[in-house]
Amino acid sequence: MTDIDIEQYKVTEEPFYSAQDDEVAMYEAAYDARLPVMIKGPTGCGKSRFIEHMAWKLGKPLITVACNEDMTASDLVGRYLLDANGTRWLDGPLTTAARIGAICYLDEIVEARQDTTVVIHPLTDHRRQLPLDKKGELIDAHPDFQLVISYNPGYQSLMKDLKQSTKQRFTGLEFDYPDTKTEAGIVEKESGTDAETAAKLVKIAHTARNLKGHGLDEGISTRLLVYAATLMSKGIDAKKACRMALVRPITDDADIRSTLDHSIDSIFG
Amino acid sequence: MQQSDFEAYREKLNCSFKQIDECFEDYVQDALRNLSNEGVDKYLAGASRICMIGRGWEPVSIYLEEMPVMAHKLGEPILEIVSTIVWELSRSPNGKAIPPFMQCLPEASRRLGTLEQMQNFFKILDTMVDETTTSVHGHHKTHSSQGFLVLLEHIPYLLSQLSLEGLKNWVEYGTRNYKTHPERQKDYFSLQSADSKAMLQRERHGTLFMDHERELDMFLRAMWEDESFFVPYSLGFDELRKPAPYFDSLGIRIPDVYDDFDDDSGFVSGIDRYRVTIAHIAAHRKWSGILVADNLSPFQRIAAEHLEDSRVEYLMLKQYPGLRKHLLALHPVPIEGDCDNEKESCIRHRLAMLSRAILDENHVYKNEYVLASVEKFHQAMANGESSTEEMRDIAISFITRTRLQSDQLPKMHFENTVIDYRDDNRHMWVFIEENDEAEDFDDQRQKKADELEHEGLPPRHYAEWDYASNSFKPDWVSLYESVHPSGNSSDIDAILDKYRDLAKLLKQILDRLKPQNMVRVRYQEEGSELDLDVAIRSLIDYKCGSQPDPRINMSHKNDGRDIAVMILLDLSASLHDKPEGSDQTILQLSQEAVSLLAWTIDQLGDKYAIAGFHSDTRHNVRYYHLKGYSEDFDDTVKGRLAAMEAGFSTRMGGAIRHASHYLDAQQADKKIMLILTDGEPSDIDVDDDQYLISDTKKAIDELSSKGMYSYCISLDKKADDYIQDIFGPGGYSVIDRIEKLPEKLPLIFTSLTS
Repeated sequence: MTDIDIEQYKVTEEPFYSAQDDEVAMYEAAYDARLPVMIKGPTGCGKSRFIEHMAWKLGKPLITVACNEDMTASDLVGRYLLDANGTRWLDGPLTTAARIGAICYLDEIVEARQDTTVVIHPLTDHRRQLPLDKKGELIDAHPDFQLVISYNPGYQSLMKDLKQSTKQRFTGLEFDYPDTKTEAGIVEKESGTDAETAAKLVKIAHTARNLKGHGLDEGISTRLLVYAATLMSKGIDAKKACRMALVRPITDDADIRSTLDHSIDSIFG
Repeated sequence: MQQSDFEAYREKLNCSFKQIDECFEDYVQDALRNLSNEGVDKYLAGASRICMIGRGWEPVSIYLEEMPVMAHKLGEPILEIVSTIVWELSRSPNGKAIPPFMQCLPEASRRLGTLEQMQNFFKILDTMVDETTTSVHGHHKTHSSQGFLVLLEHIPYLLSQLSLEGLKNWVEYGTRNYKTHPERQKDYFSLQSADSKAMLQRERHGTLFMDHERELDMFLRAMWEDESFFVPYSLGFDELRKPAPYFDSLGIRIPDVYDDFDDDSGFVSGIDRYRVTIAHIAAHRKWSGILVADNLSPFQRIAAEHLEDSRVEYLMLKQYPGLRKHLLALHPVPIEGDCDNEKESCIRHRLAMLSRAILDENHVYKNEYVLASVEKFHQAMANGESSTEEMRDIAISFITRTRLQSDQLPKMHFENTVIDYRDDNRHMWVFIEENDEAEDFDDQRQKKADELEHEGLPPRHYAEWDYASNSFKPDWVSLYESVHPSGNSSDIDAILDKYRDLAKLLKQILDRLKPQNMVRVRYQEEGSELDLDVAIRSLIDYKCGSQPDPRINMSHKNDGRDIAVMILLDLSASLHDKPEGSDQTILQLSQEAVSLLAWTIDQLGDKYAIAGFHSDTRHNVRYYHLKGYSEDFDDTVKGRLAAMEAGFSTRMGGAIRHASHYLDAQQADKKIMLILTDGEPSDIDVDDDQYLISDTKKAIDELSSKGMYSYCISLDKKADDYIQDIFGPGGYSVIDRIEKLPEKLPLIFTSLTS
């Protein structure tokens, strides 16, 4: 098991991250104590970027798993595979992380089925162990190992919620879209656009976020703003870029579309 | 023109009224300017013809005066068309309509613009006259059309509001519905009656508020983080005093329709005009303060309002610069020097200039006071948001400096000063001194309205489908809902007891009823299919030498039953009949059947409600609540069932629509409406059998488009003639032996839902 290439999981270049609050210090404290962390927030507000940034800052490898509803426990911990000589055990990402001492980041954890999520329980309390019952092995987690999960309470349905027993194993950080100034700064930095355009884009995002729950499930995310600004830097007309990047992806509702189109026209003048 | 030429023309005009002679020379010169030689001949021939009808000199002089210009614009054939129509009118009982007909022509030609449109217009009028001119006792067309005269008088207004297409629909609606009611016909065509206004509103051109309510709601929420009700008002009927937008605690009042604005200053679509109006109001709500009005003169107040409007717009444009082009287009441009200080009051004119100058950097005004105030305004705004008070101060000084004696003149200069997207600013003022105006009256009226409300639910209005016009008649049916009076609940228990044996039989059937919903059951040792995922996993486990899971099959099972039912009973008078060979009335049989059905559904555990209806004209459809979804089948409900009464007629569409809104609100996989009736839809104010049938069909179509099922159980032996048209094949059953109804009904229901 020593032949795992740890370097491939390392984050080598500093990912740009602009702190919204004191979340960096709080995360560092949690990591220091190896406490599991849960990150909540709407889509595209910078959850994954934050984790990448922290992994880089701490110099730890990062293993990311995007969860989906077909994922089973063995997709996380590993399974026996059939091969020519019979069977062979293959570690899952969670097992790998526990062995090499990586930060394991389970993105959108609620998408996974509830019976899948319980396999992380022994890793997240005082035991810090992962039993591989099929293989008959009990792994003690590497001292550097930490588990991070993220989820988006926005489109959480009644069916998709974490069990209390899972929730209560984590410390939580709540993210939201950054304040106007920070967000404009992020858009400016990420796309290389000018400050005025960035501020206008943020204003458009705010109009859409006001409609959340009134026909829109989610507002326009910071990520989409960056896309819009990037399109503009490729020489696309500002209003057209906004329509393409900000409006068309998030709604099929004609009324909302025309409201947002109008807000773009009003703001870009 | 030579005197001889002139006389030659005069001879061609075969008409000897003195009044014509006086102006004849002008007419001819006008005609020569506008028409070809041939046209002039036609023109004079047409005038001669109109002269011959013997309706005095007036129609002739209108013809002579108006036709040259009209023919020049529309083409010369119009000369003959008009004279022919007038001739025909004179041969009909509608001769009186000739002068108003002639009078509406110039306006109509201006609005319509082409010969083709004019011909369509004439066709609309012709059809209308033809339909409404009535004959008595078989005499051919003896009574004049009652509506035609008033219609002609309203043509200019109608054409300003409607497209030709809309006019056609509006006229046809009136013709069709009031053909046989001369007085109501008059009311309709003179725009007095409510449905006349409602139809007009529906056919109006422009952007209707109703079509964009949600969008505007979102506009307010998204861009202004504000929330309020919109209350549309109509601009169509208040000629003297045009209402302006405003807002108060009850909501934002805005016009129900905006036409596209198209002017030299720019184009603003109807929806953008709504947005501008709402943005202006939202800006007031966001930034405006309240001032005490008592210490200010009316002039100072109006000036303060103008400056405050400018201030909120300035702040609004800072945030949304894209609105500027709309404002520039919509804001009037008063022309300096347009207003004569000697003869009229120029206060509005000055203020409009000031407002324009603040909005438009490229203005050309030279008035020093205006410029000074603009400067002051910009200074105030340079330091942030400024305030309503500061605007008031600028306003007071502006008024003081520009004050003129002539401001008090009663003649006010209004031209180019009306900024119609702005609200009336009533929110800016508080009055400390109570004035003794009509407020008390309002309070009392409010109280009375409150009292009325306690007597019962207010009526609900439903549209009705008119198959003749392929359109809905808006708010046509008034439906009153009430709880059915209560009777003796033990009667129902007695019925259930009487049918004890049947109940037992039903119970057996119910037990065998298979619920719906297929679910996959995994991890079965024995099942209908192999579950591949699990099978492979087991194989791997087996190869590794660990314990394989033998539960590798899956099967399907039915689970759950999620049905909501609405039982709608026809309680019309015919229920009092006794069917042949039975000693019970249909009402009693229905009562028994419904009791058993209710018991059955209750046993199955489905959600259900029961309601009954009858009608006495479209103004009074009664809807009786017998059982609601949340009520149990207990003594209260049984009591209501026991007291079931029959009377009046069967207007089904409105009742179905009302019942469907309850059913639609239920959370269920399947929603079924069961309708129990003993005859076809009918009502005493409807002569046309097909009308209510087609409306009922429409109501049923609406049901299925909303995902609800309908099923009709008809006790009418002759139902085959119409029932399939309404409910579609397989959507009904006709019960011939009515005395079997109590047994049949629960069985029909169970077979429907199993």
